[in-house]
This record gives sequence, C-alpha cells and structure tokens, in this order.
Amino acid sequence: MSINESHGSPKPPSMRTPLGRVRSLGSSHSGTTDFWRQRITAVAMTLLIVPVIVVVLMLLGRNQAGAAQILGSLPIAIILLLFIVASAWHMKIGMQVVIEDYIHNEKLKLASVMANNFFSVAVALASIYAILKLSSGV
Amino acid sequence: MTARIERPLSPHMQVYRWTLTMALSIVHRATGIALYFGTLLLAWWLIAAASGPGAYANVQAFTGSIIGKLIVFGYTWALMHHLLSGLRHLVWDLGYGFKANEREALTWGALIGGISLTVLVWIAAYAIGGGR
Repeated sequence: MSINESHGSPKPPSMRTPLGRVRSLGSSHSGTTDFWRQRITAVAMTLLIVPVIVVVLMLLGRNQAGAAQILGSLPIAIILLLFIVASAWHMKIGMQVVIEDYIHNEKLKLASVMANNFFSVAVALASIYAILKLSSGV
Repeated sequence: MTARIERPLSPHMQVYRWTLTMALSIVHRATGIALYFGTLLLAWWLIAAASGPGAYANVQAFTGSIIGKLIVFGYTWALMHHLLSGLRHLVWDLGYGFKANEREALTWGALIGGISLTVLVWIAAYAIGGGR
C-alpha cells in the first residue's frame, strides 16, 4: 500500500485504550520501570538507614578482628547486603538520568551509560563479596 | 534530515529568579553524584575488613586523617541531605506539598534537617568511638 492510498482512507478503529497504548512505553520503550525502581530502592534505603548508621557506629574505634566479627553476624550482614543492593541500583538509575541530561554526543553517551553500569555492578559485587567472605569466616 | 526546523525554545534557567527549590534541586543531584563516588569508600572499607588487619589499618589511617575526616563528614552530610531531600520528592510524588508555602517548608526542612542529622550522627560517633 502506497502513502497516497492510505492518506485518504480513515484509520481502522482500535480496541486499545489510551492507557493501554502508553503503558510500559515511552521514548525509551521501557516506560516507567526505572522511575518505579528508583522509588522502591529509595523507600528501601529510608527503612534501612537507621540500622545501617547503628552498624557503622558499632564499628567505630574497633580493629579489624572486632569489625570482622560484627560484620560477619547474620542480621548485620543481611542489613548491609540489602542496603548495598538498593543503593547500587538507585545510584545506577540516578547517574543514568544525569548522563542522559548532560551528554548529547550519542557515542559518548552510550559509553558513559555502559561505564555507569559497570561501575555500579562492580562496586556492588565487590561489597557483597566482602560481606559474604566475612560471614563465612574464610 | 538536513533541514533544520526553527522550533520555539523554552527559556533556560538563567532567565528565572533564583528560588530555594531550584537551588536545592541542584544540590539533590550534586549530593547524589557525590554519594555515587562515595560508595568507593564504602566498598574499600568492606573489602579491607574482609582482607585482614593490614588493609583495615590503612582504611583507619585514612579515615582518621584530616582529609579523610572531611571526606567522611561530607559523605555523611550528602547522605543525610539526599535522604531528606528525597523524602521531599516522595511527598511530591504522592501529590502533596505543592503550595508555595508547603514546598518552601519541605525544602527548608530538608536543608536544616540534613545539617542537623549530620551533626547528630557525628556527636554520636564521637560519644561512642571516642570512648574506644
């Protein structure tokens, strides 16, 4: 069908609602996923911040043996693991927004977004590995 | 694609009178970026604790130095400010606090609250850590 033919004919009626058409879509075709995850991780960290500060205060002035003993305990390890996962995810999304706002060169933007992913995953995995190592006592 | 269409442009920031919410919007982003790189310190500290006494002593030597203390103090403020400023955004997300006096109050609250919490945490840190 050429452009001329389709031009005059009316569009076939669609069964899709306006909400159905936009849901999960948008310019990036990923919809509101990042927006929502940013809020989930924000609320998670808000709930975790008091225990995390308490853990950090508990570690003050202790040597490595004392710190390792505290960090290796189950509830503290879980609190820190949750906080690390939430913060890495949150900061990855946040930095991507900053990159997309300020870097207009397409190739540089792609490279920056990739570097952002690598950095966030690397920081998270290194921290997670350290906590698991402390928990298992090896 | 070669033809450039003259589209109307929205006025950029500098034409507006500076407001508290504008300044704090930038601070929210700046503290977020600072915290992003600050996680390196957190990761270093955890890895050192998992590595052994020598590595941990290095972290403690750094965080005990003047520059280290300044960085950790700055990190504490960035965290507290970003937390409260973020809670303010969650209030807005829920559809509340958009009246002029409400958004001003929320923003002042985040600014003053962030500084207050930072000082409180450091007082607690000295009260606990100073004794050991």
